[in-house]
Amino acid sequence: MILLVVEHFGGRVSKSSYELVTCARQLGREGPIAGLVLGSSVAAVAGEIAFAVDQVLVADRPELAEYDSEIWAAAVAQIAREGEASTVLIGASRSGRDYSPRVAVKLDAPLLEDVISANGVGDRITAERYTYLARVTEKVEAQGTVVVTVKPGAFAATAPGRVAAEQFDVDLELPPRRVRVTGKTSEKSARVPLSEADVVVSGGRGVGSAENFTKLVEGLADEVGGAVGATRAIVDAGWRPYAEQVGQTGKTVQPKAYIAIGISGAVQHLSGMSKSKYIVAINKDAEAPIFKIADYALVGDVNQIVPAILEELRK
Amino acid sequence: MRVLTLVRQVLDAEESVRIKDGAVDLDGRKLVLDTMDEYGLEQALRIRESGAEVEVVAAAIGPARCQDVLRTALAMGADRAIHVETDTRLDVIAVSKVMAGIAAQEAVDLVLCGGQQADWDSQALGAAIAERMQWPQVTWTNALQLNGNELVGKHDVDEGSASFSLPLPAVITTQQGLNEPRYPTLPNIMKAKKKELRKDALEQYGATPLVKVIAESVQVKERLNKRLDTKDVHAAAAELVNLLRNEARVIA
Repeated sequence: MILLVVEHFGGRVSKSSYELVTCARQLGREGPIAGLVLGSSVAAVAGEIAFAVDQVLVADRPELAEYDSEIWAAAVAQIAREGEASTVLIGASRSGRDYSPRVAVKLDAPLLEDVISANGVGDRITAERYTYLARVTEKVEAQGTVVVTVKPGAFAATAPGRVAAEQFDVDLELPPRRVRVTGKTSEKSARVPLSEADVVVSGGRGVGSAENFTKLVEGLADEVGGAVGATRAIVDAGWRPYAEQVGQTGKTVQPKAYIAIGISGAVQHLSGMSKSKYIVAINKDAEAPIFKIADYALVGDVNQIVPAILEELRK
Repeated sequence: MRVLTLVRQVLDAEESVRIKDGAVDLDGRKLVLDTMDEYGLEQALRIRESGAEVEVVAAAIGPARCQDVLRTALAMGADRAIHVETDTRLDVIAVSKVMAGIAAQEAVDLVLCGGQQADWDSQALGAAIAERMQWPQVTWTNALQLNGNELVGKHDVDEGSASFSLPLPAVITTQQGLNEPRYPTLPNIMKAKKKELRKDALEQYGATPLVKVIAESVQVKERLNKRLDTKDVHAAAAELVNLLRNEARVIA
């Protein structure tokens, strides 16, 4: 069995879960694809993913209402063992990368992190992933049972089929929660999620102020139906929420178009967006590193250029 | 209490990457203490300076050259250092076995390491060590305080951030924003030369790599590098919108 852990948010299956299905189907390993749904009141999630996998395993319990590294790892490892899973696929989200190492240790299995491809031949599996702040592509190999985290956006999302797979409730032995969450700042925006957007409009220090960010970056994002991104510097400055941060310590994105406004292009930022299909850079400093990886480069004042683009789009 | 901090030696992020014979070539390049690990070391020193009776132990796994980052750690203020010397490239799950071995042997209460490695882009080490020790862990921490036997702080989660508390012993991974790491002063660099730097053999930890690296390459995506004339911003805007619509086909 190929076990994939279904990521969901607000009662809906996340796009990344359908990307895991694609990865599972292309893997070249035998056995049914089982989707494991962990959570509380997740009947809708289980019903939804049933149209994309061969079987759905559901653990619907109040203790699973909130993510915990030890609890998730225990649940996934137990199901992987019981189902003799050859492969455990987990989305490379913050939480996925937080508990997957525990699953690998529990199963005494190799961990392939944040992969962009995965191919099984016999007992072996080869995968590619980015290293050196996404500047190097590394090809790795492992064998036997493997735990794999899959980079969001690296695989196309599988479209659900017409037949719903059977659902099974699973019993779990869960450890107690030791990390107490004492507060939470959720930063969900009304726009399309960063990691799912076709167009990302992102702003850096060159935007000038929080007010200008709203006018220029959010303005352009809304005009093209895109998501809003930001650099570390301006998140630290408190202009924007952390959820919008792109780069080494934020999110990694690879949209069809990444429009960088007033971003100079520190290597840590580039590591989060350099795989975008098209990159537009608007910056007053002609020597800014961002221009080296830009498809369309506009050197000049963002306060003049971006309003002109908005005007043009509204024509 | 005793705090173990892992220090890794990595290529300076500002340096370009060079490939030789299908592998990243580090010969003659500027290598530094991974900044993500530096936050962990700095935090350990601050816990000690806040009045708690703490011994700070720095550990490194890798070739002989890794001694340099251990000397840096000692100069920053670590009390002693352990170097597990090996030329074998271990994957992160194998490294966690060595680190957990050290943590157990040294009877440490807290392990600190970076949230993401600047060379292998791995985020797994902290959690893997925690699992081997059967301890809880918190990753991507940007605020941390020790209150008696409890750690409290703040860290990044899927959609935003969360504040947390957890009991010791534990593993914490660190990131930018946690603190401003200090620079070693000249007197401290001199003093560090007299501090203990123990060498252990990899064999005593029984760790073997499970992941084999076949090749490393730099794949530079060809970019169009079209520089639009911005003398007339309206003409430039019209050209950009046209290119996005008809060449890139990314907007309607």
